[in-house]
Parts: sequence; C-alpha cells; structure tokens
Amino acid sequence: MRMLNIQINKLNEARAIMKKELQAYFISPIAYIVITIFLIFTGFFFFKDFFYFGQSEMRNFFQLLPLMLAFVVPAITMRLFSEERHSGSLEILLTLPVTTRDVVLGKFFAGTLFVMIMIAPTLIYAITVFIVGSPDYGPIIGGYLGTILLGASYVSIGILTSSLSRNQIIAFMIGFAACFTLWLIDKIVFFLPNALSILDYFGSDYHFENISRGIIDSRDIVYFLSVTIISILLTVKILDERR
Amino acid sequence: MISVNEITKAYGDVIAVNNISFTIRTGEITGLLGPNGAGKTTTLRMLTGYLKPEKGSITVGDYNASDHPLEVKKIIGYLPESAPIYGDMLVYDYLAYIAEVRGISGTDRIKEIGALCGINEVMHKNVSELSKGYKQRVGLAHAMIHDPDILVLDEPTSGLDPNQIIEIRNLIKVIGKKKTIILSTHILSEVEATCDRVIIINKGSIVADDSTRNLQMSTKQGKTISLKLSGASFSDASDELKKINTVTRVAEVPSDDGLMSLTVSISGDREIRPDIFKLAGAKGWVLYEMRQDQLSLENVFRELTKGGDYANA
Repeated sequence: MRMLNIQINKLNEARAIMKKELQAYFISPIAYIVITIFLIFTGFFFFKDFFYFGQSEMRNFFQLLPLMLAFVVPAITMRLFSEERHSGSLEILLTLPVTTRDVVLGKFFAGTLFVMIMIAPTLIYAITVFIVGSPDYGPIIGGYLGTILLGASYVSIGILTSSLSRNQIIAFMIGFAACFTLWLIDKIVFFLPNALSILDYFGSDYHFENISRGIIDSRDIVYFLSVTIISILLTVKILDERR
Repeated sequence: MISVNEITKAYGDVIAVNNISFTIRTGEITGLLGPNGAGKTTTLRMLTGYLKPEKGSITVGDYNASDHPLEVKKIIGYLPESAPIYGDMLVYDYLAYIAEVRGISGTDRIKEIGALCGINEVMHKNVSELSKGYKQRVGLAHAMIHDPDILVLDEPTSGLDPNQIIEIRNLIKVIGKKKTIILSTHILSEVEATCDRVIIINKGSIVADDSTRNLQMSTKQGKTISLKLSGASFSDASDELKKINTVTRVAEVPSDDGLMSLTVSISGDREIRPDIFKLAGAKGWVLYEMRQDQLSLENVFRELTKGGDYANA
C-alpha cells in the first residue's frame, strides 16, 4: 500500500509539471500560431479534393498528416528543455524533489496533450464527412488513433532533441530532421534491393498508413510505443549524464 | 547538519572543485567566499544535487546525497545565481507551481511566505516585469516555500543596488535565526555583515575555514610595521627587534635602494613604534622610514585568494 502511495505521489509531480507546461503554451502566442498554421494547411488539403470527387472520406487529410506533424511537433517541443537550459531554470527544476524521469514525463504528457488539442478541431471534418455521406468508420477512427500515437512518438523525439541543445532553433532543426527521416524511410526503401525491404518497419509512415487503413495491428502500436519509450529513456539519460 | 567529504568535480580538463571537505552545523549562516571562478557555484550545485561529485560524498541530515537525492532535495531550499525563474509566469502562479511540485497544499502558505519576503504586492505581476530586487525576493520565497531546514543561496545579492542589497541581507538575517543558511559571495563585506562563519575558497580548494569573528579578530590583531634602516646586518637587527615584547616575526623585504628593508609582525594592540625608535638610537642604526600597516580582512582575503604566503599558513 505504501509503495502504491509513493507511485501515485510521483505521478502527481509529473502532473504538476505537465499542467505548468500546458499553461505556458497557452499564455504565450506560440500555441495559437502553431495551431492556426496547422489548421490552415490541413484544412486546405482536406477540402482540396473534397468537392471534386464527391467521396466522403478523410484519406487525403490523413495522408498529409504525418509530414505536417514532422514539422509542427518539433516546433511545439523545441522549447521544453532548450529554454530551461538557456535561462538556467533547469537548475531549479532538477533541484526540486522530482526524479528526472518525472520531469521528462511531465513535459512529454504536456506535448502530447497539446498535439491532441491541436488536432481536436479537425474532428469537424470528420463530422462533415458523416453528415454528407456514410463513410467507413474504420479508417477515420484508425486515423485519429494513429495520429495520437505518431504525435506522441514525435513529441518524445522532439523532447530528446530539445534536451541536447540550449538553442531552440537547433533543437527544432534536429527534431524536424529526425521526424522527417522516420517519415521518409519507407519511401526510400522503394529504391533499395528487395532484401532491405524490412527497413520499412523503421518508417513511421509505414505504420501510420497501416493504422489509418483501419487495421489496428499490435505491431504498429508496438512500433510507436517503442519509439516513444526509447526517446524518453534517452532524454532521461542525457539529462542525468550532463550533470 | 551537512558534511562534505573530499568532493571533486572537473569540467573536462578544468578542475573546478578539488578535494573539498567541510561541515556545516545547524543554525549557522555560513558564507562561501571566493573570487569569481573559484568553484563556489560548483560546490553549491553539488550540495543541492544539480551536479554529481566525481569523488567524495555529501551527507545532508541523515541522508547520503547520492543514495537519497530526493530526500536531500526535500530538506534543502535552493536559489541559484541570479534567480532563473520562468519569466512568463505570474509570481503567484509560479509559487503555486513550486508548491504543487513539492507537494504542499494551500494558498495560506503562499501568502505567509509572500508576507515574509515582502512580495505580496507583486503577486499578480509577470516575473519578467519585476525589478531585480523583487525577483530575488521571489527566488527566496520559492526556496523557502516548503519551510526547509537548509537554505542554499548562490550570490543572493549580486546585481542589486545598495538599498536592495541591504534589504536582502536583512531578510537573510531574519530567516537565518531559524534556519541553516549557506550563501556564496565574492563580496567580503557581505560575509562580515551576514555570516557567522566563513569558508574561503580559491582555485577549487579551501584556503580558510573559521568563524567570521575569529578571522576579524586575527586580522585586527595582526599589524605589521615596515622599516628601512642602515647600519646593521639583518641577523643583528632581527635578533634585537625580536626582543621587543609582542613582536612575532621579522622578515627581510628585497629593496633596491641599498637600505635594509624589514617587515615586523606583531600580535596584539600594543604600540611598539617608540620601542623601535629607542632601539635604533641605542644601537646607532639610521632609521629612514617607519610605517605601520593595518591588516584588514580584505588583505587576508586577497592574500589567500592570490595563493600567496598565507595560503599555506
């Protein structure tokens, strides 16, 4: 029972940090700018062909989403540790009675929640699609589940690159490069010999496409969860080693 | 309360802190004094768990810092140099956040600490809008919100104007009546004004560790008299001068004007210049110059941190 209490208390600290980070997002203009840009682009790509083909589906929308997230998510996460390093507040954060793991988890949850808040308005498209036609449920539910999983893994990568540098621009560039590379892998494999086609498995878009087809396979979920967990563990390691 | 045993920390090839040991007793205000780059901040960072010492161990209360970092962090309140507080938060929100992370509930505590630190009138301002003095007070409030036994302050008055410095010092003195405080500074008068005890560190090593009063006493008593004379050999002059009551040491200082230059160290407050004058007359020495130097704490500090003779004394 006591063990259980300790576990819950620890998550309380992560929750306090998460709350603070989410507040910080919405106090500064950055949240609104990022969300606006995201909605303009995804809205354009959703409606581009919507009236053209008269098909009630969201395939175009979900096809573009991984690339958009590869760009937008690092912009969301770049400040999470870089800014703390730059201003020196990391010293305060790491001398509070909180484990490094809880600090990283708090920031990870804040980033992931932010991504979910950002994609929430796009549910209007889903509703629109349901009003004008009778689309297949699977791809839409799968698409949103995939977006959350992909978003979480990109957030964890972004946090990892943010912990590497005190410069937010550098953190963003490395984060974008990393997310973009993961997106690119299954497109490059096309040019490689057949024997190397297992490299597909490392591509984020390969798994995202699977899920957004409405087929929820444990392999895809395991992929996103492993990317997330590995990035979080590496971030904890980096923060601990640099002391 | 705190015992630091032979800790060492290097950044690459640069050894910032070299084999430092000291203990800090409950209820004392201890000043960590040294020039910039002496290793003060590194020492405090290891004490507060931000950095890990490469060698050695730190014990705070009943806990070993490397085995129980969280317990140690609960006992300590730490204000890093220049109070790096999130600029985009309201003072109240910031304190509420720190309280939540530390697992303290209640707006009462924030009001209480706000009153103690004199920041209740800026609670609803952005941290980035505050003057440096107020920011430092918010920093103090943040460090004390959980009512810690130990308060660690890194250069708490740097960058403040003279009035703010006095305010912060008074605040530290008030808090120090109940708590153990360690503060670092490169300003000597700060130690004289606020600390019970001083640890002087230079180039990563401790060069002095004593109560402020003892250091002041020893420096007040330590006078030296510089002489220039001719008509005697150094050994004769030295022997004769040492016969004078309270003279502790006679040293020859190199000079280039053909006269013998001596420094006579004495203990106590007794005026011995008439004795020297009479002695010179009796022995037939020609006295060209006689000057008394008051050794101030400032001199001691400068000597110690230069790595001069006193460093080995």
